[in-house]
Amino acid sequence: MIRHAISNLNAWLAILAVVLSSSAGDVLLSRAMKQIGDLGQMRSRRGFLFVTLLVLRNRYFLLGVACMAVSFYSLLFGLSWNDVSLIGPAAASLTFVANAIAAKIFLHERVDGRRWAAALFVAAGVVLMAV
Amino acid sequence: MNLRKYLVLGGVTVFAPVGDSLLSYGMKQVGNISLHNIHSLFFAMTNMWVALGIVFLLGFFASYMTALSWADLTYVLPASSLGYVLLAFIAKFLLHEQVSLTRWLGIALVSAGVGFVTTGPELTRRPPRRHVPGDRAATEHS
Repeated sequence: MIRHAISNLNAWLAILAVVLSSSAGDVLLSRAMKQIGDLGQMRSRRGFLFVTLLVLRNRYFLLGVACMAVSFYSLLFGLSWNDVSLIGPAAASLTFVANAIAAKIFLHERVDGRRWAAALFVAAGVVLMAV
Repeated sequence: MNLRKYLVLGGVTVFAPVGDSLLSYGMKQVGNISLHNIHSLFFAMTNMWVALGIVFLLGFFASYMTALSWADLTYVLPASSLGYVLLAFIAKFLLHEQVSLTRWLGIALVSAGVGFVTTGPELTRRPPRRHVPGDRAATEHS
């Protein structure tokens, strides 16, 4: 029973780590891309190599990728403690909601009723699809 | 929104589930990899399906970054979640898996969420500060 409780605790800690690091990664990547500007237009003006170097040299982009790596390894850690049917949907759906909150706070995006509804509907849908 | 932007969002939506499916198909051919033969992970990349899956996932990352360069994060994430729906259709019609009623309900909810967000603007527009007589903050910064 204690072993079961530890397994559950580790799984939820992993889910929390996935949600936090994945949201941080998405926010950092989004900030990096807004800083650089429309990639499509820039690519047609300055070329693919220029845009690639510009992205790879951006501090927020590198931090975002690091956060995504932490998220990936947290997911692997979680999967070693509990079933994919719990970890996968719980992490994915909570990430949608956490992203909406983080985008409002850190990116100052205008998250209106429509966007909240979208985040909640998609989160609920992901859970149902995994049941 | 123009055709180019819809194509980029389509790329985000399609590349991820197709890449995941190809990886899954390839890894089933490669077989189980344990911690004792972790180096087999590198050989797994020589499998045609795994390599193709990686190419698709690189395509996903490129289109995701492009979409984030002109749209809000809270727009791109729900809008591209139609990929989950596509994955269910791949499971049903290509892999001939059983898709339950609950899963169809989930598909309906995800589609409704996508519908909500795509009817709105894709980017939070911040109007440039206008000089208003008496507005001290604007006067000081101008």
